[in-house]
Amino acid sequence: MDLTFVLGQSITQALGVTAIIYCLAAMGLNLQFGYTGLLNFGQVAFAAIGAYSVGVIVISFGASLWAAIPIGLLASVALALVLGIPTLRLRADYLAIVTIATSEIIRLMVRSIALRDTFGGANGINGKMGQAFHDLNPFHADIDLPFLTWTRQDLWVVTVGWSLIAIFTLATWLLVRSPWGRVVKGIREDENAVVSLGKNAYVYKMQALILGGLLGTVGGIVWAIAKQSVQPDNFVPDVTFFSYTILLLGGAARVFGPIVGAIIFWFLLVFVGEFLNQMIAAGWITFLLPTDVGPIRFILVGLGLMGLMIFRPQGIFGDKRELALDAR
Amino acid sequence: MLSGALLAGVFACLLLAFAPPAAAAGTAIVGTLKGPDGAPLANVSVTASAEGFTDTVVSGPDGVFRIEVPKGGKYLLSVDETTLPAGVSFTKPEDQSRSILVLMGDKKVLFGFSSGDGGGGATASSFTWARISQLLVDGLFFGILIALGAVGLNLIFGTTGLTNFSHGELLTLGAFTAIVLNELGLNLIIAAPLAVLISAMLWGWGQNKILWKPLRRRKTGLIASMVVTIGLAITIRYTLLLLFGGSPRSYQQFAGQSGLAFGPVSITPKSIVFAILAAIAIAATVSWLQRSRIGKATRAVSDNPALASATGIDVERVISVVWILGAGLAAFAGIYLGSTQDVTWNMGQRLLLVMFAAVTLGGLGTIYGAIVGALVVGMFVQLSTLFIPTEMKTVGALFLMIIILLVRPQGILGRRERVG
Amino acid sequence: MPANGQRALEAQAVLAGVPKVPGAPKPDPILVASSVVRRFGGLSAVDVEHVEVQRGSITALIGPNGAGKTTFFNLLTGFDAPDEGTWSFNGRSMGRLSPYRVARLGMVRTFQLTKALNRLRVIDNMLLGAKGQRGEHLWASLLPFLWRRQEANNTERADLLLKRFSLDAKRTDFAGSLSGGQRKLLEMARALMSEPELIMLDEPMAGVNPALTQSLLQHIKMIREEGATVLFVEHDMDMVHDISDWVIVMAQGQIIAEGPPGDVMKNPEVIDAYLGAHHERALTESGESLTTGDTI
Ligand SMILES: Nc1ncnc2c1ncn2[C@@H]1O[C@H](COP(=O)(O)OP(=O)(O)OP(=O)(O)O)[C@@H](O)[C@H]1O
Ligand SMILES: [Mg+2]
Repeated sequence: MDLTFVLGQSITQALGVTAIIYCLAAMGLNLQFGYTGLLNFGQVAFAAIGAYSVGVIVISFGASLWAAIPIGLLASVALALVLGIPTLRLRADYLAIVTIATSEIIRLMVRSIALRDTFGGANGINGKMGQAFHDLNPFHADIDLPFLTWTRQDLWVVTVGWSLIAIFTLATWLLVRSPWGRVVKGIREDENAVVSLGKNAYVYKMQALILGGLLGTVGGIVWAIAKQSVQPDNFVPDVTFFSYTILLLGGAARVFGPIVGAIIFWFLLVFVGEFLNQMIAAGWITFLLPTDVGPIRFILVGLGLMGLMIFRPQGIFGDKRELALDAR
Repeated sequence: MLSGALLAGVFACLLLAFAPPAAAAGTAIVGTLKGPDGAPLANVSVTASAEGFTDTVVSGPDGVFRIEVPKGGKYLLSVDETTLPAGVSFTKPEDQSRSILVLMGDKKVLFGFSSGDGGGGATASSFTWARISQLLVDGLFFGILIALGAVGLNLIFGTTGLTNFSHGELLTLGAFTAIVLNELGLNLIIAAPLAVLISAMLWGWGQNKILWKPLRRRKTGLIASMVVTIGLAITIRYTLLLLFGGSPRSYQQFAGQSGLAFGPVSITPKSIVFAILAAIAIAATVSWLQRSRIGKATRAVSDNPALASATGIDVERVISVVWILGAGLAAFAGIYLGSTQDVTWNMGQRLLLVMFAAVTLGGLGTIYGAIVGALVVGMFVQLSTLFIPTEMKTVGALFLMIIILLVRPQGILGRRERVG
Repeated sequence: MPANGQRALEAQAVLAGVPKVPGAPKPDPILVASSVVRRFGGLSAVDVEHVEVQRGSITALIGPNGAGKTTFFNLLTGFDAPDEGTWSFNGRSMGRLSPYRVARLGMVRTFQLTKALNRLRVIDNMLLGAKGQRGEHLWASLLPFLWRRQEANNTERADLLLKRFSLDAKRTDFAGSLSGGQRKLLEMARALMSEPELIMLDEPMAGVNPALTQSLLQHIKMIREEGATVLFVEHDMDMVHDISDWVIVMAQGQIIAEGPPGDVMKNPEVIDAYLGAHHERALTESGESLTTGDTI
């Protein structure tokens, strides 16, 4: 039983690339769900668009990464429009159904044999799609601290990733404290009331959908650059729901919620997983197989999502006054 | 309850007619390899391996293979793809090699094959009347299956306003309840109706009682509730994965039934039995809603819960009944699906979006809408394979749903709702 | 009537010359609606042949439960689409306009079931009402110096209104923590933030305590003195009598009577409509202040 290893893994992951990707996705959901009340159950589609834009444009078409990124962002806006136009005038559940359906449409399409030449089928796209980014790496050595181990490449991705998150968090903070933020929060509470005061709720909802989607797409781009591989089955709906759990853990409609949530979430998830693995390997737990650890982690996420949504939607550090409101 | 028991009886009689001979003794992994056209695949080599054990067999002319294994445990089962006939490949590539858990007796394994690896060529060449009629029949059966799920989904939505993203798991739970009973030694003919009843009470009534009723009392919003259904779906799915493992299972009876030929169309007897029973169940539900007191109350609650409650209808009781009914129908659908395909931890999830497509198509909250929508979607999914690769057939249905939302958001039979 | 004030007298003087029949033309109408029909299945919830609302007046829209008042409001403000009919506001034809556009043109409504924005503070509820805010544009919102002054002005105005509606003590509380009556007040104050030309109030007094109703009546009169037109739905005949210059009566979707409050309440058709719907019950929704007998 190597507790140092378990802790080290957990901390590395909690601050690492995966946490960054999920943090970005959750920041998008925070704008959409936390502030505007839009139930986007297909955030993973936006991430997939980002990741596949990089993969397809750089590897399949041999173009530059610096062309792929803006194209990916444009594609993301287009996706938001496609999702929003039919559904944003309708009740909230239609958006939820259509977004989750679309995320599956996208996954099934990129996975299909018919489009294998472009998207690589079930194997996805593998290759040095992030090279142009890694060429700019100013770091010369890996990090190997007792509780933190990153390769030089990871270190560079992590540095840029958290910087992006800092910038986007600042932007979110400015947005939600402005009159614009007031309108979207009003829409979350009661759309008709806001409309009756002369605000075009449809446009605001579309803006929130686009902005939140863009954040998810940035997450997908980071994914492709960091992992140098995109596979369709990385983009299952569960990614969206992990992001929701992260958002609720940190607190919906709280500017720092996604950051706090992503760090705690990945720390806990990796810690529980590694801890169980070690216990099983050491023979202390005999009723579980190593393959059982995966499902157990998912079960914890599922229970966490339910529990947080029911008891603490404003996050584990949330505002008591808001809690009192929910109890009315 | 009475109609449930009656249904169970009919169920038992019909299935009994198709009961297979008793299975051979000993521990073995068995399966039947059949190509996309239903023809058996002979001379395909299959290998089972575990620590200290490896055995390779080839399938016989009937496509059947049987690997005797020394004891229960985990085995890696792989198929040599080079021995497959030309133009045949796995529907799910991960089927080529998988880990399975063998307990005792025969462990049945199912494989799905599709034609070619492009799909495109296969669709164009087989544009025949025989194929179209087969697809129409398949579509009808698939539609009935979806309707079983969609009716429950819509009843729950109608009475509580909840869009239930864990409705697929009600199918899965039903199928697994039947598997457990089946593996305990009950013939599926008994296990299936029993599982429907148990599911209706445990997963329907129980779920409402433990989770949704308290949440309604807390006045949890609908959007928050939808997120809760997602959490619940994940929890159920992975609990099943933890308990039962990831490899597909099948019921011990009626597994490898071959189809009866009706002209150009081939249908398995079990499909016919299930489809008839399902149609009866749906018809019974509809007439129950039209005729019985509590059925009328259900419609009243769907119309206007506040008004219904003011006129003395016990809304909570109606909701309980609706959950029981919804979960029972879903369990039935799960067993139907499990016996015609296989039972896996995510079988219901794979059907959820198609059920939503059906419901949106027909109109959220309307019962006839759900049925019409399900039949349209079922047919559409199957017939679309004439033009698009089989692997993308769900994509077609989901596209159809989005188009409908653009043109007629309230669905075919839905209506607009009031503001202010 | 103690409805004093310059504009009150003007409005009453002008309306005195208007014939007391359903659909009577007004000298200076701000709102004119013709043959507006809305059916739900077989039921014609609204079937208004012709109606006009005099500018600068306080007009009450009364009628038994289910008469179609709220539905009529929904149609006029674009929240619902009619099966037929046209109407104009300030001479501008308004058919099929989105509700937010209707509000921007100066026709602002409140809801019968209050829509306080629970998880917004009271002051933010108010500020949401202000029109033409620069900071509500996505890009400008990121640059606070573009909208800070406007925001300060709006805040000042909002605070004045809050004070007027005795909500200033609740300024920074969540709207969700207000009582039912306070929410009604907040919703009205918020609607006033948008400086409407015509404000349409759907049962503004329901649930407000009698002490407060008096001051609420004063507020409504003040709205008129400041130049706006008020159209409101109310079940409490006392109040209607007290503040309205003109009363329009709806029953089963149709306008069945019009006139100054005193005349309308003596109209046998109105009494029939109410008694038909209510039998022996009081005209007030709560039944606390009046009985049918002494109102009519
Ligand atoms: N969306 C709808 N679907 C079906 N019927 C409706 C709908 N909206 C309103 N109605 C019906 O139209 C009629 C008029 O309703 P409305 O709410 O306009 O009445 P009201 O005059 O505002 O009544 P109250 O004084 O009780 O508020 C009622 O019979 C109501 O049931
Ligand atoms: Mg009303």
